[in-house]
Amino acid sequence: MTNLPRWFDIGVLPLVNLALALLATAVVVALVGEDPLEVLAVLLQGAFAPSSLGYTLYYATNFIFTGLAAAIAFQARLFNIGAEGQALLGGLGVALACLSLETALPGLIVTLVAIAGAASFGAAWAAVPGWLQAYRGSHVVITTIMFNFLASGLMVWLLSGPIMRAGQGSPQTRLFGETVRLPALHDIAHTLGFEVARSPLNLSFVFALLASTAVWVLIWRTKFGYALRAIGHGEEAARYAGIPVRRVVVAVMAISGALAGCMALNEVLGAQHKLVLNFSAGYGFTGIAVALMGRNHPLGILAAGLLFGALFQGGAELNFEFETITHELTLVMQGLVILFSGALAYMFTPWLARLLLTQRPDHG
Amino acid sequence: MGSRFLTIVAMLWALATGMAFAEEFKPAVVYDLGSKFDKSFNEGVWNGVQKFSEETGIKVAEFQIVNETQREQAMRRLVERGATMVIAVGFSQADALDAVAADYPDRQFAIIDVSWLDRPNLRQYVFKEHEGSYLVGIAAALASKTGKVGFVGGMDIPLIRKFHCGYLQGARSANADIEVLQAMTGTTPAAWNDPTKASELARSQMDRGADVVYHAAGRSGIGVIQAAADAGMLAIGVDSNQNGLAPGFVLTSMLKRVDVATYQTLSDGLAGTFSSGVHSLGLAEDGVDWAQDEHNAGLLTDELTAAVEEAKDAIIAGNIVVHDYMSDSNCPD
Repeated sequence: MTNLPRWFDIGVLPLVNLALALLATAVVVALVGEDPLEVLAVLLQGAFAPSSLGYTLYYATNFIFTGLAAAIAFQARLFNIGAEGQALLGGLGVALACLSLETALPGLIVTLVAIAGAASFGAAWAAVPGWLQAYRGSHVVITTIMFNFLASGLMVWLLSGPIMRAGQGSPQTRLFGETVRLPALHDIAHTLGFEVARSPLNLSFVFALLASTAVWVLIWRTKFGYALRAIGHGEEAARYAGIPVRRVVVAVMAISGALAGCMALNEVLGAQHKLVLNFSAGYGFTGIAVALMGRNHPLGILAAGLLFGALFQGGAELNFEFETITHELTLVMQGLVILFSGALAYMFTPWLARLLLTQRPDHG
Repeated sequence: MGSRFLTIVAMLWALATGMAFAEEFKPAVVYDLGSKFDKSFNEGVWNGVQKFSEETGIKVAEFQIVNETQREQAMRRLVERGATMVIAVGFSQADALDAVAADYPDRQFAIIDVSWLDRPNLRQYVFKEHEGSYLVGIAAALASKTGKVGFVGGMDIPLIRKFHCGYLQGARSANADIEVLQAMTGTTPAAWNDPTKASELARSQMDRGADVVYHAAGRSGIGVIQAAADAGMLAIGVDSNQNGLAPGFVLTSMLKRVDVATYQTLSDGLAGTFSSGVHSLGLAEDGVDWAQDEHNAGLLTDELTAAVEEAKDAIIAGNIVVHDYMSDSNCPD
């Protein structure tokens, strides 16, 4: 690979790829008989108008958490595709804390326990594949995806039996009490004296920003982060340098799982206020694309998470506005973005590099 | 002066159009997770919508949700865009619809597969799937030569266990020694959309001796019917009439008339006769039934038809009470 300046890799390349994805989308949209510019306008309006921005940021919160989860594992060259299952377990941690403690303890303490529950359940669910990889050589790709199925099986069993809300047929728990919820941002704003549109956006968004900062510090400013990146660059060399590779691998997987589990804060503790089946709804898998697009860097992930949040929210608005644009077409749009910025990320690198280098001969 | 006059005219105009708008009937449907064209549950609703739109020329706004958050968001957006009636498909929409119905008391709401809500502007439909499943259980037991029948469910949730439990009771009533094999296609929503796995499960049940297999697995069930046709065995369809999917190999179908519920709600809304409350549709209300048509006429012996019809009459008369799994999360064994 050519040695491109970092600002180019993080800043310019994703934008070029995004533009190409939008161009390809425009062709598809034109083919089904709509005006691409009009569709783009509705998409942007639907994602960033004051009434919808909350939803966009709410979806972005999910993507930031799962994106960070994938990225930190990638940095150690571990492919954690189990964010889906880890998020489900995180939700279970939240639900168990809330359902069992909410009458016994003050709301704030239960909420803190629920947050710890989300992180620790997610971490535990990822640490097992991590341990199997480090000490028994079972590939983490296989085991994490298996653990997704185990997680959904466990959830079905629990939610249609032991923790199902009595007196109804839907596989979900009862609603948590009013005291053990993460406050919604429109409520916080109301208390502070100004009004914003109602949305499921809640305090988790702030947690996502904090988590991004923490991940950056962890990867680039700590000894542990150095060990993690060393493993990512070459496991043998890292071992030779005296890094306890096995222990670091388990720890990285646990941290990755904890981040994925925290997605449940947004969904379960922040928005639904109950545990429902499959609240993870594919966010875990999309997180991989978010990490790829964000180049495994927290800042990039914030931007990519926001982009996917906007595509999610704006895409839903398209379904309302245009009859010909169904949910499947918005999926195509998201797929194109992932294709261009993930799979084909470096397709244009050689050409762009040549363009760049001819203008800056000192790099030649 | 002129500008004030214009303002008043504008206000009157807004008022007049606003009133006309309020009188107009603008229905909307929110489908459940999964595909609208699943050949089964969602599609049943769509059939009801189609019938209504064709007869009245009134367009019905539709939305397919893809995640939990969108449920309430979609309903609110539809109402804000002027929908006067919102029909939600599936029990998963219950909490979202309840919240929206509370915020918009002047709009009408209806939901299918839910009975536990309570709002003056909310109509609920539940179906006695256990009664219909009981009938096809009898049919399966009488058509079986091996004394073994199968059941392939979709996602392992209480609603599907209700189908299984009714089927089990029906089969037992016709043949006390019958063995009923049971399998579910999965634990994720993909379970509704996995015909390959469903056909594998059906095949494995047939390998173990089952010669009639009933499915309650949404789109996956197509795999069960295919597997039965390939092996020369019999399948039983669900929700919509699936007898024609493999004529000669589908013994019958357990009909769940969500299309009737949808059509009824839309028609009542249009006629101004919308009412709230719980509508529980069983055999007596034609909400569930077993399917007899030209495709399965050759498969049904007189004896079988007589036995099923007799049980149907007995259930309607109240002489047979089929246990509902969801009443106590338990199936009598």
